[in-house]
Amino acid sequence: MMGYENQGYEEAHLYASKEEMASLVLNEDPSPPSNGSKSFTHDPFSSSPQFVEIPTEDTDPLQSPSPNQVLPSHSSINSILEPPSYADAIFQSFDSDYVDSAEVVSQDQSLSALPSFSSDYIKICVSDPQKEQEQSGSLVPGGSYYFTYLITTFTNLPEFSGAEFNVRRRFRDVVTLSDRISESYRGYFIPIRPDKSVVESQVMQQNEFVEQRRIALEKYLGRLAVHPVLKRSEELRVFLTVSGKMPLARTTDVASRMLDGAVRLPKQLFGGESVVGGAAEVSEVVQPAKGGMDLLRIFRELKQSVVNDWGATKPPVIEEDKEFLEKKEKLQDLEQQISNVSQQAESLVKNHHDMGETMGQLGLAFVKLTKFESEEAIYDSQRARAADMKNVATAAVKASRLYRELNAQTVKHLEKLHEYLGVMLAVNNAFSDRTSALLTVQTLISELSSLNSRIEKLEAASSKIFGGDRSRIRKIEELRETVRVTEEAKNCAVREYERIKENNKNELERLDKERHDDFLIMLKGFVVNQAGYAEKMANTWETVAEETSGYAK
Amino acid sequence: MAQSPRSPTSQAPYLTVSVTDPAKMGNGVQAYISYKVITKTNFPEYQGPEKIVIRRYSDFVWLRDRLFEKYKGIFIPPLPEKSTVEKFRFSAEFIEMRRQALDVFVNRVASHHELQQSEDLRTFLLEDEQTMERERSQETGIFKKKPADFMQIFKDVQSKVSDVVLGKEKPVEESNPEYEKQKNYIFQLEDHLAEAQKHAYRLVKRHRELGQSLSDFGKAVKLLGTCEGNSLGKAFSELGAKSEMLSIKLQREAHHLLMSFEEPLKDYVRAVQSIKATIAERAIAFRNHCELAETIKFKEIDLNKLRLTRSEKLADAEREYEQLKADGKESKRKFETIVKLMNQEIARFQEQKTIDMGVAFHEFAKGQANLAKSIAEAWRSLLPKLEACSFFVQNPDA
Repeated sequence: MMGYENQGYEEAHLYASKEEMASLVLNEDPSPPSNGSKSFTHDPFSSSPQFVEIPTEDTDPLQSPSPNQVLPSHSSINSILEPPSYADAIFQSFDSDYVDSAEVVSQDQSLSALPSFSSDYIKICVSDPQKEQEQSGSLVPGGSYYFTYLITTFTNLPEFSGAEFNVRRRFRDVVTLSDRISESYRGYFIPIRPDKSVVESQVMQQNEFVEQRRIALEKYLGRLAVHPVLKRSEELRVFLTVSGKMPLARTTDVASRMLDGAVRLPKQLFGGESVVGGAAEVSEVVQPAKGGMDLLRIFRELKQSVVNDWGATKPPVIEEDKEFLEKKEKLQDLEQQISNVSQQAESLVKNHHDMGETMGQLGLAFVKLTKFESEEAIYDSQRARAADMKNVATAAVKASRLYRELNAQTVKHLEKLHEYLGVMLAVNNAFSDRTSALLTVQTLISELSSLNSRIEKLEAASSKIFGGDRSRIRKIEELRETVRVTEEAKNCAVREYERIKENNKNELERLDKERHDDFLIMLKGFVVNQAGYAEKMANTWETVAEETSGYAK
Repeated sequence: MAQSPRSPTSQAPYLTVSVTDPAKMGNGVQAYISYKVITKTNFPEYQGPEKIVIRRYSDFVWLRDRLFEKYKGIFIPPLPEKSTVEKFRFSAEFIEMRRQALDVFVNRVASHHELQQSEDLRTFLLEDEQTMERERSQETGIFKKKPADFMQIFKDVQSKVSDVVLGKEKPVEESNPEYEKQKNYIFQLEDHLAEAQKHAYRLVKRHRELGQSLSDFGKAVKLLGTCEGNSLGKAFSELGAKSEMLSIKLQREAHHLLMSFEEPLKDYVRAVQSIKATIAERAIAFRNHCELAETIKFKEIDLNKLRLTRSEKLADAEREYEQLKADGKESKRKFETIVKLMNQEIARFQEQKTIDMGVAFHEFAKGQANLAKSIAEAWRSLLPKLEACSFFVQNPDA
């Protein structure tokens, strides 16, 4: 596996399963999160990632002490022992206590997880940005260009029929992938794809921007690869493995997209299978589904009626599931609180940074004073003072350095908060899926009821005419047929809605558990980090206090 | 000779003063702060072991101005600055800083073997408020040098420094290489110290800002804790509480840093500025002395001319000449006194400053060490609770 078992035992707890841990993207540099929300100050340790050789499938890193491979120390994953140069006696003596207990827990997990851990993983790397010329058809004469990235996948998932894949994709392809997954996996907490960042792409230096995007893409794909359901999706597999032109078509059926999932219905109707469960044909997956013309026409008309109403209000969705509403509210509250803490954490980091900076400047001022007094000294008292100043200056400069390092670590720990803000966005999307599906159901129900009442009216009118009204009777037959189809559509929509509800529920459980564990690790890391550096600072200043204790009143 | 100023021993002479109990007097624009000045002494001139008077800042300024005039050559202890920002004039912190600085000032005067004999000091310490006010208002422009004059003198002194560097010579200044070196030292020292003091002041601000940030952070974390619930939620809540507690410690340390480190640095800067004023006085005395010497020479020439012509103006001229000679002697004496005093003072100054700064450094280091220890303790104390929280994910294939 990846040789990082001796770097951060808490990594074992970071993700829900060992397989997810295995498919972790390495090089968690604290670069801006992919959802484009506010980021922490730039981390001095960030660098272009290296990727690591994946060992063979039968080694379990938690068991065999395979040596660290390739990884430069500063690009290793969140480790409370970072940076290695600060593995002082003081720091380690505390951390070894902590680490021991964490180790015990992780070993329990690893033992119980042993079989499944080595059974599957995906690791995705994004590298080697290349500039390519836009093909003909571009509006700009002389041609514009775009960047492609090399996407390398290592996996042993059986669906992939291969261990290593290399494809070139551009950002637009990733947008397509994201859109397609959103269509197919409604109700799931789908990781948010990186921003298009149009402004940034104009304003930033090109190589900086490309690097930022490369990192964001790697993080995004890594998150997909870690999601227990999405990692097995056709869309992802196809994206990662099929060389050449991007095999997934953008969903062109805008109208159906607006009806949210209506496109899938014909497939479900005729295929009879939920998309997720079945091993769909590649060809089916890659094309937007073409359904029976009647059905599609009905749905378009429905969409039309929904859209036309938009001027007033959207037809109200009656969500009766109280439990769901409560949970939703709680999650909104949680999102708010996470956002607050994230903001305050950023502020805290900034203040530590400022403190360190000023401390450093104070130290330098005293260094200059020391030099000055030493050079100009006529009296012994001056020399004594210069010596005192030197001690203070040294301590201040050291403290300044400690603040800087403390911050670099803090940023890494608290980045979890940022990630969860992204997760909350995904949760919102999943809840929207549910609401839309419910809307579809309710719209179909109301459509049915209006169809039925039209039939009734026609029947009533027709019955008054002796011998029947042929045109009306024909109309009634048509309507009845429409009712039948709509009835089936409604049943489909209901099944879809129930499916999405189920997805929501499972994902919520997963979220709660993972969040609990992630936050626990984050807190521990944060606390140990703060304490460790505070102790170092205390020692630094204690020394000076002792050296100047002769002056104490 | 007074001993350690704050601990009067049995029969040895002592004079200690304390400046306490700041109180706001008056209203509106006229409002000011008054201080209680308590003198404890066994000096015979003071007619009593203890005396309490009420004084305000301008009374201290009066005292310092008088001392500066009468004791040329001695580095008169500095006063805290006048506050230019209205907003802070009555802030608790400013009042406390000023009170401390005034206390230090008057005790330094009281423990200086020459200054403590000053009649003006006795007036300041003993007279009632009305008398004090009268003394103050009598202080016309005669003794007071306008700030502009000082600036010019400083400029002259400084330009002399650079002139020597450039190889120029100005006739009316001393050309004493050792003294030049000292002047140079003083001017550069002020720059270095001012920079250090600036950063020290900023450091105080940073402590306050970090304290505020920790408080806000703690509150936000506590709210998140109530959201999460269960043992993790409790852990968050405790972390938030610790953060708020540390915020208070930071505010306290900010204050401690201000009073025990930044103020002494500022005091050091003021002391150097006071020395610069004495340097200016020396330059003036030297110039007077030189000018008089010139005048005397010319007078001699005149005199000889008059003698030759047996003029009736001779007698007057001779009298004037004698007067000038006496003045010349006096100005020479004055100048030489200043030189002698300055040499003593500079040695004393260096010693005193080493001690003052030593104390300040010790307080600084102690404060930082204690703060860091509290921080470490607070965070460590959370670990047992965090350890007690178990992880959810036991079965990876959820």
